[in-house]
Amino acid sequence: MTLFKQISQKAWIWSFLGMFAVWLATAIYTGGKGSADVISTALSFATFTVIVGIGQMFVITTGPGNVDLSIPSTISFSGAVAMKIMGGSDALLAVGLLVSMGCGLAVGVFNYMLIRLLRIPPIIATLSSSFLVLSTAIAYGRGLKIKPPPLLADFATAMVWGVPVLAVVIILFAVLMSVVLNRTLYGRSVLAIGQNPRAAWLAGIQVERIRFATYVLSALMAALCGFLLSGFSGGASLNMGQEYLLASIAVVVIGGTSVAGGKANVPGIWGAAMFMFLLVTMLNTFGASAGIRLIMTGLIIVAVITIAGGDKPQR
Amino acid sequence: MLARLTSPRFLRAALPPASFAVLLAAIFYLQPRAMSYFGMNLMLQYTVPIALATIAQMFILTVNDLDLSIGPFVGLTACIGATLLSGNPALGVLALAACVGAYAALGALIHWRNLPSIVVTLGMSFVWLGIAVLILPTPGGTAPAWIKALMGLKVPFVPFPIVAAVAIGLIVHFALMKSSYGAVLRGYGGNARAVGRAGWSLLKIKVVMYSAAGFFGVLSGLSLIGLTSAADAHIADRYTLYAIAGVILGGGEFVGGRVSPIGAVIGALTLALTGSFLTFLKISPDWQIGAQGGILIIVLALRALINRREG
Repeated sequence: MTLFKQISQKAWIWSFLGMFAVWLATAIYTGGKGSADVISTALSFATFTVIVGIGQMFVITTGPGNVDLSIPSTISFSGAVAMKIMGGSDALLAVGLLVSMGCGLAVGVFNYMLIRLLRIPPIIATLSSSFLVLSTAIAYGRGLKIKPPPLLADFATAMVWGVPVLAVVIILFAVLMSVVLNRTLYGRSVLAIGQNPRAAWLAGIQVERIRFATYVLSALMAALCGFLLSGFSGGASLNMGQEYLLASIAVVVIGGTSVAGGKANVPGIWGAAMFMFLLVTMLNTFGASAGIRLIMTGLIIVAVITIAGGDKPQR
Repeated sequence: MLARLTSPRFLRAALPPASFAVLLAAIFYLQPRAMSYFGMNLMLQYTVPIALATIAQMFILTVNDLDLSIGPFVGLTACIGATLLSGNPALGVLALAACVGAYAALGALIHWRNLPSIVVTLGMSFVWLGIAVLILPTPGGTAPAWIKALMGLKVPFVPFPIVAAVAIGLIVHFALMKSSYGAVLRGYGGNARAVGRAGWSLLKIKVVMYSAAGFFGVLSGLSLIGLTSAADAHIADRYTLYAIAGVILGGGEFVGGRVSPIGAVIGALTLALTGSFLTFLKISPDWQIGAQGGILIIVLALRALINRREG
């Protein structure tokens, strides 16, 4: 009984329960046909949502008002630049990854500068910078139809016994980030700032330095997502980041991270990302139209935040 | 006198009209032919829907929230306007009223559960878009004739968009800035707890503000189809950004209930002009969005400078 109590108090358990419920409903409807394939496809696609979700989680955890809205443009920007630099050649793979990370670093530093120098809420700062980043991506990547280097494409789509290799790598990465969040000075500082920035500052935490690192981390994760995603989908496109704005925020919230800040967890992001993908798959198998799928996605996010909400900012 | 003119308070109030004037002067310099009744009408024609969406966003910002769904919502009301409203007016009016009601319910929900408005409205943006796609799967429909006639109104000497924008600004100004309940509404943004202690219902304030935002969103959608005469679910996707930018260009603050309806309308006028300005500058369409972001950052930087002097 205590075990049950312990588990039910973990915030991330709900996203996994939702994931299984949706998967089970799909499996029953199809009579179990292709249920394993569905899981492996879901793993492939959820991987990209998890990458940006982790970055967004750290940003959201630093407290109310902290959200990175520039993730979609950063994904498109990094993907376009990396594809152009590499020009489809395996030899330039490392250079491409470095340049892509450079794009992320630049966006992250720029975001933080806007927040700090203009003293504007992060939402507005990242929104304004996303316009600039997107324009740069459009101007730079006009008519871009460059295939990714074969090595990158192979890596991003590789499967071993039906399990996507990239997903395994990102699961390991998520474990690492979980340790960073709960066991390192940086992670504990992020949580402390989210709970009470003033108390954190009085306790000697370099609040601004941590916030800087957090915005850079989020932009780096978006850039990494853009790099891998263009390998996965056979090239960069300018609107490939679009769907990740809602997705990155949704997986954080559904995964049990508090929007008020100061309370975060990494496993929930995986559960939520799988849940979101399986939900769309389920609606597809039920034969729902595009309109119904959109409505259901939106309503479920509102429902989850309504149930999870209510916890007041700890101040 | 000089001290008054350089005081931060005056500078802050003067920033929105000044940025509008600078932009207008730059356009006239680049393209003198724009300086005519017809030219102004053409350049500013989309001011009315943008101004109405901006006012809607301003209501939400007044109570310290942010609406990331106003664009798709305007798109939905445009779709309803171009299908139900022209085919079956009674049903159309009912559907639009339901849209306003949904906004009121959102306000109540956000207050009741103390929810972050960004997440809720981000989720709702999918709902609005989904309903719009169900109503109008492919671009089309026709706007009711009376809306087209209203939006095509010719006013002597002054272009209609300017007249309409001034009227909208003044009406909201008197309702929100000059009425006693308007002061209470803005007080929520300043210190919600104090307003609650003074005996005002916080739930009612949220509901009133969200309903007002929904109502102006409906007006924005209807005025938009009056100009385009047909609708599409994605017709107003960019209005979410326009509305936020409009409030900011107009001098509104993000928290604290410090907003300005007249400023918001001027912000919308400025935004409507930026498109023409960038075209006259022969900036490639690739950089249009970026330039809008740039203008936003410049205005915010100027404001940060002014605020710093205030100390």
